[in-house]
Amino acid sequence: MDEQFRKQYERWKDAVDKTNERFPERKEQFTNHSGIEIDRLYLPDEQGQTNDYVEHIGFPGQFPFTRGIQPSMYRNRFWTMRQYAGFGSAEETNERFRYLLDQGQTGLSVAFDLPTQIGYDSDDYMSEGEVGKVGVAIDSLIDMETLLDGIPLDRVSTSMTINAPASVLLCMYIAVAEKQGVPKEKITGTIQNDILKEYIARGTYIYPPKPSMRLITNIFEYCASEVPKFNTISISGYHIREAGSTAVQEVAFTLANGMAYVDAAIESGLEIDQFAPRLAFFFNAHNNFFEETAKFRAARRIWAKLMKEKYQAQNEKSLRLRFHTQTGGSTLTAQQPDNNVVRVALQALSAVLGGTQSLHTNSRDEALALPTEESARIALRTQQIIAHESGVADTVDPLAGSYYVEEMTDQIEKEAMAYIDRIEEMGGAVQAVEEGYMQREIHQTAYETQKKIESKEDIIVGLNEFQLEEEVHEDLLRVDDALEKRQVEKTQQVRKERNQSTVDSKLNDLKQAAQDESINVMPYILECVKAYATVGEICHTLRDEFGEYTGV
Amino acid sequence: MDRKIRVLIAKPGLDGHDRGALVIAQALRDHGIEVIYTGLRQSPAQIAQAAIQEDVDVVGLSSLSGGHKTLFPRVVEALKERNAEDIPVIGGGVIPDEDIAYLEEQGVQKVFTPGTPTTETVDFIKSTVRGEDNE
Repeated sequence: MDEQFRKQYERWKDAVDKTNERFPERKEQFTNHSGIEIDRLYLPDEQGQTNDYVEHIGFPGQFPFTRGIQPSMYRNRFWTMRQYAGFGSAEETNERFRYLLDQGQTGLSVAFDLPTQIGYDSDDYMSEGEVGKVGVAIDSLIDMETLLDGIPLDRVSTSMTINAPASVLLCMYIAVAEKQGVPKEKITGTIQNDILKEYIARGTYIYPPKPSMRLITNIFEYCASEVPKFNTISISGYHIREAGSTAVQEVAFTLANGMAYVDAAIESGLEIDQFAPRLAFFFNAHNNFFEETAKFRAARRIWAKLMKEKYQAQNEKSLRLRFHTQTGGSTLTAQQPDNNVVRVALQALSAVLGGTQSLHTNSRDEALALPTEESARIALRTQQIIAHESGVADTVDPLAGSYYVEEMTDQIEKEAMAYIDRIEEMGGAVQAVEEGYMQREIHQTAYETQKKIESKEDIIVGLNEFQLEEEVHEDLLRVDDALEKRQVEKTQQVRKERNQSTVDSKLNDLKQAAQDESINVMPYILECVKAYATVGEICHTLRDEFGEYTGV
Repeated sequence: MDRKIRVLIAKPGLDGHDRGALVIAQALRDHGIEVIYTGLRQSPAQIAQAAIQEDVDVVGLSSLSGGHKTLFPRVVEALKERNAEDIPVIGGGVIPDEDIAYLEEQGVQKVFTPGTPTTETVDFIKSTVRGEDNE
């Protein structure tokens, strides 16, 4: 046993003891059905207990975090089961949230409709046909109050998939929490707030890159002092993968985007350790099981090295890549939708074996529509079965030391780093996005994938092989078309009842603040929100100052 | 020789998922069809305008947001308002089977659901424009 190995081993054991004091392990003793005891952690044999192991793989909870960010991972607590949900009105979505919490879900994840995500009110002509379709429609603080009604914001953490208007929705969340008597220092959750991947893959951008990056750093700065427990960004590879990238491209482009946010924050005067611990990530869990697990391990190691070596972060928390995972939506087939339950189970398992902090499992019917309540329940049950029945959570990083998985982890790291270096040479991710580089790379992969499916080089069960003559049609969730009209009326009512001169003056203050780059706009947005200014009004005010992005 | 078939691929509404639209656009190009892609967030009026200006033979719409029942018929209407109802409109995306009949009633020629091979779309376009038999 090398000296370094012994030292780090002792350090790991101390960390385990400390963690166990705070969160005792789920069981006093873990055994399998044969009665064999399961150790917390399995290590290389004597010959492998080297400095090389310590530096390259390391103990869980230690640099370079290949084996996970906590010392005993799921022995203490399972990942957070966090199902993304939202449709129609705030009332309906609130009902679904309460249902999911009753069913044992442990965190909320809000899906907003497209008008909300692009900063249009429900009564804007641009919103026609889209209100409440892919998520819940939120116009003013009234809607947010309804959405979160009866949900204790001091205990439930909430993830919000919101990007260009992230500042507005975060301010609404803060305002609702305050009304519940929960101070903003105590609320927990995540805003996606990742604009670069919107330009690359997802499409809900509003402003051009430069002012968008300012809004993001304003949020970092504001939250560092005012909302310290909130994750200020979720740097997302999920949508990059959905748009067609490979696993390597997903890791590379996501981490390159992460570096761009870090660079922007540092340039605005923040210290790395001030904001880096609140950065979170979001990845896809796709079909190739071992590739996916290796991908998560590689991503953690790359980020830790970048933060330590390139950015000289001192706080250990800055080095930890914490991530949410969602199973891959684009892998679901519209054909024989029940088969999707099996796909999702395998994908979810790869994420758990890759050490995810939270997980969303897709529902079987999502190639056709938003999930029904029954489908959403099966998706959640899939996670519960992995957690409680499969035993995979009883030991840390069980695939470590597999020749295959370790080699794949190394290869993904190497190939992703080659992309990252290339993007750095181009001047960083913002530049690469503006030139359309990542977009082109992803599109090329997407097209090749399609060709492989059509030539049957790739077999998709039920789609290009093992088809059924006659498909069974399941009941699908339908969003009520009358919802749009009701939501429009509700928002127009809010406009009538609020104090318009306060709204005007708060929006004007925001406009002034937006004009001066040295001012943090967050407190101004919070004031607007509290006066019941709408998402659309706030975003239009900023559009007037910042302009709009129109694509490459 | 006939001139090349021209197709406008468009994303109506606010949906940003353009993987399908881009893949279809490239597949059509690989089969000798000229493609004009509008980019994201196009209103029905903008799409109809572009179809006429570009003198296309077919308009292909893609939506994954569930807004197809409102947006696809609006594009058909917008073409009609501009006396261009002879340009056939086809569509694709996350569209439940049970919506297809409605869309066809509203004047959408054909809806391609997830999993359709791109060649099927190519054949449909060629036979619609030229009256050729499917290969």
